[in-house]
Amino acid sequence: MAKRYEKPVIHRLQMGMMNKFGFASPFGARVRKHIDGVAIDELVERFGSPLFVFSERRLRQKFREVKNAFTLRYPNVEFSWSYKTNYLDAIAAILHDEGATAEVVSEFEYEKARRLGVPGEQIIYNGPYKPIDSLRVAVKEGARINIDTFEEIADLEQVADELGIRPKVAIRVNMDTGIHPRWSRFGFNYENGQAWDAVKRIAMGGKLDLVGLHCHMGTFILKPEAYEIEVKKLVDLAYRIEDEYDFKIEYIDVGGGFPSRNRLKGIYLPPDVAVPPIDEYAERITTALLSSLRPGDYPKLILESGRAIVDESGFLITTVHASKRLPDGRRGYVLDAGVNILFTAFWYHFNVEIDREVQGAAEPCILYGPLCMNIDVVDDRAYLPPLPRGTRLILSPVGAYNVTQWMQFIRYRPAVVLVGEDGKVELIREAESLEDIVRRERLPERLKLKG
Amino acid sequence: MNRLARLAISDEGFIFDPETGNSYTTNSTGVFILNLLKSGADEDEIVKALVEEYGVDEEEARRDLYDFLEQLRVYRLID
Ligand SMILES: Cc1ncc(COP(=O)(O)O)c(C=O)c1O
Repeated sequence: MAKRYEKPVIHRLQMGMMNKFGFASPFGARVRKHIDGVAIDELVERFGSPLFVFSERRLRQKFREVKNAFTLRYPNVEFSWSYKTNYLDAIAAILHDEGATAEVVSEFEYEKARRLGVPGEQIIYNGPYKPIDSLRVAVKEGARINIDTFEEIADLEQVADELGIRPKVAIRVNMDTGIHPRWSRFGFNYENGQAWDAVKRIAMGGKLDLVGLHCHMGTFILKPEAYEIEVKKLVDLAYRIEDEYDFKIEYIDVGGGFPSRNRLKGIYLPPDVAVPPIDEYAERITTALLSSLRPGDYPKLILESGRAIVDESGFLITTVHASKRLPDGRRGYVLDAGVNILFTAFWYHFNVEIDREVQGAAEPCILYGPLCMNIDVVDDRAYLPPLPRGTRLILSPVGAYNVTQWMQFIRYRPAVVLVGEDGKVELIREAESLEDIVRRERLPERLKLKG
Repeated sequence: MNRLARLAISDEGFIFDPETGNSYTTNSTGVFILNLLKSGADEDEIVKALVEEYGVDEEEARRDLYDFLEQLRVYRLID
C-alpha cells in the first residue's frame, strides 16, 4: 500500500519564532466540519460558496446574555437594535422577537424597520443627517429622535408647528471619557458647553419636549471604565436640566460600543484575554447609575449594542481556489471571498477554521480574495497547514457590519442562510444575479450595440 | 545542487546546514524529495517517484514539487 501523502514543506527554525508560533500555534487551524450541527459540505452544496451562515441559536443566546447582564442589575432597561450593524430582515426580526426595539440612522433604516412591523414609538432615530421629510414621518409616528445638530433643532420646531405636535426629543452628546479615537463629530460637546447651549436652545424654542440624553462613544471599546465616566456625566447633565428647566429626563441612552470576541489588529492578546466580559460593562454602567441617581429615580437605560450581539453568530464559508509561493517564502491562497464582502477584514483578524484535517505543519500565509486588486487581503497573518485546492475555510466572527457594508464589485454578492434552532437551514438572502445589478441601468437607445 | 550535499538530513526531517548554522524541519515527503535531489534526480524522475511511492496523482505531485523547490530557493538551499 502507498504511504500516506503529505504536501512537502520545509521551515527554518528560528529561535524567536519558536516561541511565537511553536508548532502547536494558538493561531493554528482548528477543524470545523459543522455549524450548529449542519455540515459545511451540505451548506456549500445547497447554497454555493462563498456563503454567509448565521446561527439563530447563538444570536438569541448572546442577546439574552447581554440583556440579562443589565436587567439583573437595573430595573428599567431597553435594548434597541442597531440596524446598521445588521439589518437583514431575518436578523432584525429575531432581535425584535427577543424584545429589542429599533435604532435607525437613516430614512432607509427607518422604513425597513416600519416595514418589518416595528411601530414608530419603538424606533430611536439617530444620525447626523435626518432629512426634514423623514423627521415629519418620525414625529407623526411618535419615534424618539436624538438630535445631532442645531439645524436639526430648528427643523424639528418647524415640523412641530406644521403638525401641531410637541415632539419628544433627546440630544446626542459627545464627551471625553478617556478613550481614543474620540467621536467628537456627533452631537453636542459636553466639556465645552455646547450640550448645555443645545438644552438652552430647545428650552427657549418651547416647542420640543426634551426627554432624553444620548451618547455613543465609539465601537469595540475595551475599557469598561469609559462607560462609568459617560454615565456619570450624562446623569449630571440630566439633573442640571431638570433643576433648571421644566423637563424630565426619562431616558439615558449610552449607545453601543461593546466589543465582540474578535481580534482587533494591533492587539496581540487573544480575545479571551483582551475582551472584558459583558458583565463588567454592565456592572460599571449600572453601578455608576445607581450611585449617582436621586432616590426613587430610575430613568430608562437604553443600550444600542450592535457588534457584541450579532458578530459571533455569523460565519463565512469560503473556498481555496489556488495557492502560490510568494517571493518572501510565504504561501498565499486565493479565496473566492474578498474584502468587498468582508469589510471588517480591514480592522480584525478573523478566526480561521478549516473543514477537514490537513496533514503537514502550519506555516504563515496570506489569504487573498478574488478581486484583482492589491488591497484584497482577507488576512495577512494566517497560520495554516498546506491546504489543497477546494479546502473550505470558515471565517468568524463576521456577523457585524459585513452584510450591511458589503458592496457589489466584479462578482455577485453571495447567499446568506440562517441555521434555525431546530437545525433547519433557511435562505434569508438570495445570491445576487446579473438581473439584480442591471435592473436599474438604462442604456440609451443610440448606444446599443448593433449586430 | 551542491549546497544540498553538505546538509545533514535525519529521517525525522531535521535538517542542519553546517555552513550557515541554520536548521530546518521538513516532513516525510520533504525528506523523500531532498534525498532524491541529493542523488541528482531531475524533476521528472522525482514526480514519477512521488507517484509510485505515495499514489498521488501526477498533476498534484508536480505542483507540490514546484512549490517545494520554490521554498528551497527562498532559503537559498538550491539556486
Ligand atoms: C448611534 C449608534 N448606536 C449604536 C451603534 C452600534 O455600535 P456597536 O456595534 O459598536 O455596538 C452605532 C455604531 O456605529 C451607532 O452609531
